[in-house]
Amino acid sequence: MSSSDISVSIRGVGKQYTLRHQGEQENTLAGSALAWIKRGFHSSSTNEAFWALKDVSFDVKQNQVVGIIGRNGAGKSTLLKILSRITELTNGEVHINGRIGSLLEVGTGFHPELTGRENVFLNGSIIGMKRAEIKKRFDAIVDFAEIERFLDTPVKRYSSGMYTRLAFAVAAHLEPDILIIDEVLSVGDTGFQRKCLSKMHDVAGQGRTVLFVSHNLASVRSICSRAVLLRQGSLILDGEVEEVLESYAASYNTEVSLMAPKVSGDSGWGEEYSLAFEDHHRKIFLRCGDHIEIRFVVESPKSLEQLTIGISLLDEHDAPIISMSSKVQCVSSAPGRSKHWQVSCNMGRVPLNAGIYHADVYLGNGLIDVARFSKAFVLQIEEHDVFGWGRGIPARSAWGPIYWAPDWAIVPRS
Amino acid sequence: MNQITILRPRSGFQAIDFRGLWEYRELLFTLAGRDIRVRYKQTALGVSWVILVPLIAAGIFAFVFGKVAKLDSGGVPYFAFAYAGLMCWNLFTSTLTRASDSLVGNRELITKIYFPRLILPLSGIPSAFLDFSVAAIIMIIIMFAYGIEPHIGLLLLPIWLAILAVLAAGIGIWSGALAVKYRDIKYIVPVMIQMLLFASPIAYASNAVPMEFQTYYYLNPIAGLMDAIRWSIFGTVQSNWWTVGYSASFGVIVLIVGAILFRRMEQEFADVI
Repeated sequence: MSSSDISVSIRGVGKQYTLRHQGEQENTLAGSALAWIKRGFHSSSTNEAFWALKDVSFDVKQNQVVGIIGRNGAGKSTLLKILSRITELTNGEVHINGRIGSLLEVGTGFHPELTGRENVFLNGSIIGMKRAEIKKRFDAIVDFAEIERFLDTPVKRYSSGMYTRLAFAVAAHLEPDILIIDEVLSVGDTGFQRKCLSKMHDVAGQGRTVLFVSHNLASVRSICSRAVLLRQGSLILDGEVEEVLESYAASYNTEVSLMAPKVSGDSGWGEEYSLAFEDHHRKIFLRCGDHIEIRFVVESPKSLEQLTIGISLLDEHDAPIISMSSKVQCVSSAPGRSKHWQVSCNMGRVPLNAGIYHADVYLGNGLIDVARFSKAFVLQIEEHDVFGWGRGIPARSAWGPIYWAPDWAIVPRS
Repeated sequence: MNQITILRPRSGFQAIDFRGLWEYRELLFTLAGRDIRVRYKQTALGVSWVILVPLIAAGIFAFVFGKVAKLDSGGVPYFAFAYAGLMCWNLFTSTLTRASDSLVGNRELITKIYFPRLILPLSGIPSAFLDFSVAAIIMIIIMFAYGIEPHIGLLLLPIWLAILAVLAAGIGIWSGALAVKYRDIKYIVPVMIQMLLFASPIAYASNAVPMEFQTYYYLNPIAGLMDAIRWSIFGTVQSNWWTVGYSASFGVIVLIVGAILFRRMEQEFADVI
């Protein structure tokens, strides 16, 4: 591999932010002058350093579409901001071979008072297009955005859908050698999202290098061939997209198991409720096809007469897959008043595919909800040959979170 | 073929990035164009506003300083005298305040897009000059009305205006960069401008200042410059050309030092704004 194949070379990049301690009033000239005098004319020393990125290195070859994934605060956006030159790095070095264009947010610089036409030129030149280029692509942009009729209307009169379409259309017609994208796909209706996604496929197909940050793992999977995983500012893994996504899901899991055995929830009125799990473990290990029973102890700040419980199992996008509620089922708790309750939720054999499922827990006093525990526990379900066909259930990425065993009737017809 | 960009941590002083500024010159005019369009679109009175404000102010100055205080305007009708001063003063203040507010006001651009940040404080200059041209047309009408003949020194006026703009942009770059970090700058700048208005020969002629204060008076770089501007327009007596040289050097130094400091501070803009 010759060095000319490389579009972006990132070498030991670090970014340090300074956290200023609050209450010093140093965001005003008068305040900081006063503080400086009080300190006896010494410069401030109470600032704390925080590394958003630490020694990150990787190369991106030409035509590669790379996804950057990681949890909030992992440093994804900081990395993109450094690459698009919005913020500067603290150490390391980056070589960029070619023109770089970034879409960190569509519609930057749009002015509500100006017409669609004026904003196309304004936004185009803000994101780095020359006037001549915009003129050349103007029709294509308007076509893509589907707003011909409203070209000479101020964009403040646009619906939010039209606004986003126009903004994305301009951005999509920027033709840099290297494109940096952050979460733009979370805009517009589904139809338009699909259009954007296919536009990005085209961009990737035209031999352009793309760096893509998203929380939407499905779109990372569909667009990217390679992914890098960041955690707490460091690069953890760099490889094939499937491999990295799997490891990402697993990293979620190890972080959870380190948490305390008890979780607390707040009613919103300052009352603290807590859940304690058996064996002080908030991770429930099972195999595919096992009976699932969830048991925990609830402690409430005041004695309750009628405790209700709700549990939601979530997928990797935090969308609920299965929800259960004793309140909705009209199940009463056993008679008595107490601050301590033993809860058992026997789900039976649930056809959940192998994988990791977080669960939210809700507590209610009669019909009133009193506390919510976000990601209170984790169900880890290991692969297992449920049907005895010699192998396990196909992976969750292919089959989805639930498998099913229906009664089949497959008969030849003559 | 392909351009190669190398990003490295910066330390120490940086040269002004003229290449980058040139590359992004279109953006400067696009941003200036946006401001102008928006302003002239939003208020139906857009243009008339630009005309009325200095006219009213000149009327007040002519009454207070000309009629009440009976100050000497070197034989020029006081209203025309005050208007000429105000029209240039407005060029100065609008360049300065636009530059001063430009970074905080464009937070969205700074945190989302790369471009040489110096573009922002400079992008106010074209619209300040546009307003000035409108005001200058009124000045011509006023001169006709009073029967004031144009002076040969008028040919040098563009030079004085350029110095004035350099001075305003230079100070604006400082205050704009400081405003990112210090939120009280936007309150300090208007107060300074107000003080400077009365410390400069706008509403009155510089020879109204008592002799013993003259040396200190001319430390204000606007003082000598305003004398030169009035000389260009009316042919009033110009006492000392050195003061103009001082204004010019002051302006150039403020601008260059400002631009270099700006380069140093801009590394933090996206992080602290």
